[in-house]
Amino acid sequence: MRSGYFRILPALLTALCGALLSSPAPAADPQRVVSLGGPITEIVYALGAGDRLVGADASSIYPAAAEKLPKVGYYRGFAVEGVIGLQPQLVLASDQAGPPAAMAQLQKLGIPVVVLSAEPTLEGLEQRLEGVAKALGLGNAGHEQVARIRAEVSRLTQTRSKQSVLLLSAHSGKLQAAGEGTAADALLRLTGARNLFADKGYKPLSAEAAAALQPEVIVTTTLSVEANGGIKGFLAQPGIAVTPAARNGRLVVMDDLLLLGFGPRLPEALRELQAGLAARP
Amino acid sequence: MRSPSPALAVPAAPRARRRPSPLQLLLILCLLLAALALASASSGAVRIPLAHLADLWRTPADPQAAFWRNVLLEVRLPRVVFAIVVGSGLAISGAVMQALFRNPLAEPGLIGVSLGGALGAVGAIVLGAQSLAIIAPAAFVGSLLATGAAYRLGTVQPGVANLLLAGVAINAICASVIGVFTYQATDVQLRNLTFWNMGSLAGANWSMLAWLTPWVLLLSILLIRDWRALNALLLGEREAQHLGFALRRLRHRIVILCALLVGPLVAVAGTISFIGLVVPHLVRLTQGADHRWLLPITLAGGALVMTLADWLARMIVMPAELPIGIITAFIGGPFLLWLLTRRQG
Repeated sequence: MRSGYFRILPALLTALCGALLSSPAPAADPQRVVSLGGPITEIVYALGAGDRLVGADASSIYPAAAEKLPKVGYYRGFAVEGVIGLQPQLVLASDQAGPPAAMAQLQKLGIPVVVLSAEPTLEGLEQRLEGVAKALGLGNAGHEQVARIRAEVSRLTQTRSKQSVLLLSAHSGKLQAAGEGTAADALLRLTGARNLFADKGYKPLSAEAAAALQPEVIVTTTLSVEANGGIKGFLAQPGIAVTPAARNGRLVVMDDLLLLGFGPRLPEALRELQAGLAARP
Repeated sequence: MRSPSPALAVPAAPRARRRPSPLQLLLILCLLLAALALASASSGAVRIPLAHLADLWRTPADPQAAFWRNVLLEVRLPRVVFAIVVGSGLAISGAVMQALFRNPLAEPGLIGVSLGGALGAVGAIVLGAQSLAIIAPAAFVGSLLATGAAYRLGTVQPGVANLLLAGVAINAICASVIGVFTYQATDVQLRNLTFWNMGSLAGANWSMLAWLTPWVLLLSILLIRDWRALNALLLGEREAQHLGFALRRLRHRIVILCALLVGPLVAVAGTISFIGLVVPHLVRLTQGADHRWLLPITLAGGALVMTLADWLARMIVMPAELPIGIITAFIGGPFLLWLLTRRQG
């Protein structure tokens, strides 16, 4: 377990950056909003304010309505002019949004920016929800969502799983394992299952290493399975084929955004993962 | 060569059919550049009508015009100027590198400037640096160290081929260390790393341009002053020496000047490929290899291509942006092929 300070520090830094950055006060009830970051966009829709969005970044693909918004590039390298051109009264940005120069230019032009933590924890999600609700002038809507998620998650986490799991993605044919600090790992922790991959972040995983870890269950995403020609093709990959998970057909496939988003659909994601872990082939 | 006065204008040699004189070409490119810069400054996700452009120099009362003025001064103009500075700097260093190495494939990155700079930046990011105030100097130091190493090791034995091979080796080492750093990087750091590998003009601002512009101008002038020696090198290394040029000192000077010129460009714009390689060839194919004119025209040509590429990068997928490297290669590649085949036919 990491010490408490490590958990609080990113949140503190984010809050500090947010306080420093959001110098121009946003309008009390902004009607033209640009969202930078898929999870943030999802929250805006979950709070029922999707009609206020006039633009979003390329990672905003849920819900379906978000796909129709004008896109200003990927949030980690968005086009500052694209955002300005949409004439927003408020920009909601993940703390991963950049480049820093573009964020600074938004400030200079007097466009109010609210920066939200991207941390994949329950606390991080609560901060995001309440932060977005506050910035949009939605009053208690954020609290209500937080209370709903909190209640559902605490009910769901009463059942604990004890399986050993490998979290894999394989979009371009190369296997990547998700370790500590990733959204997928955070979700898995809530189920009680053990992540066999001990490293931090997403790291390439060799076929041999996958075989040596001997996972009981493999969790992966829809896109990864599609990229490998279906469930059969995925399980037949060298290294994976010799794991207990592949032998027993214990593969859990989840929607990419649901597994990796850590958004307002967290209870859904948790329920789906638990069901997958509990299923007997 | 001076063009003859209009009264005596007779078709002198058949191969020189209606080719503009170097001075004409330089003027044409500068005019094109000015027109393109204006067009680029007035168009984008926020459309600023050309007619209003001149009025915006005074602070306008109208809020719409005030908004345009802010966009123009804070976002658009720095970027146009940045494109001009970076494009011309990369192009001229490519031209002198090709002359020095007597190799058409030479470019500023050859002696480790670009990848060394990227390595410095990536290393700084992975070790925890967040602000450009630390990353940019680290990139500069990285490019100087890599170039210094390539130069030291490449000149242990005489001959320019060794220097070239040392550059290749240093680049390979830099690339592999960057790979190690990338593997170590956290998710947040990776976002910053891609910037240095792809190159971008998004970081433009006046305080940076205030020192970068005179710096690039100064070093370009110092490079152009060596045009006689570079012309002599066209004949061959030994021939240049027989003509009285001190080759070792020339090589020393040019490598240092190029590192000092390209290092800061990499530090602020990342590694933008292709301009330094192709623009000099474009100029050489239209104008010939006389460095007295080749170098200034390359300077204007690099600025022109970069401004055009940046303009297209901003316009094609509006309101998003394309990475600039994609556009430079997409314009330059086919154009170079066209010039090559036209000369053959």
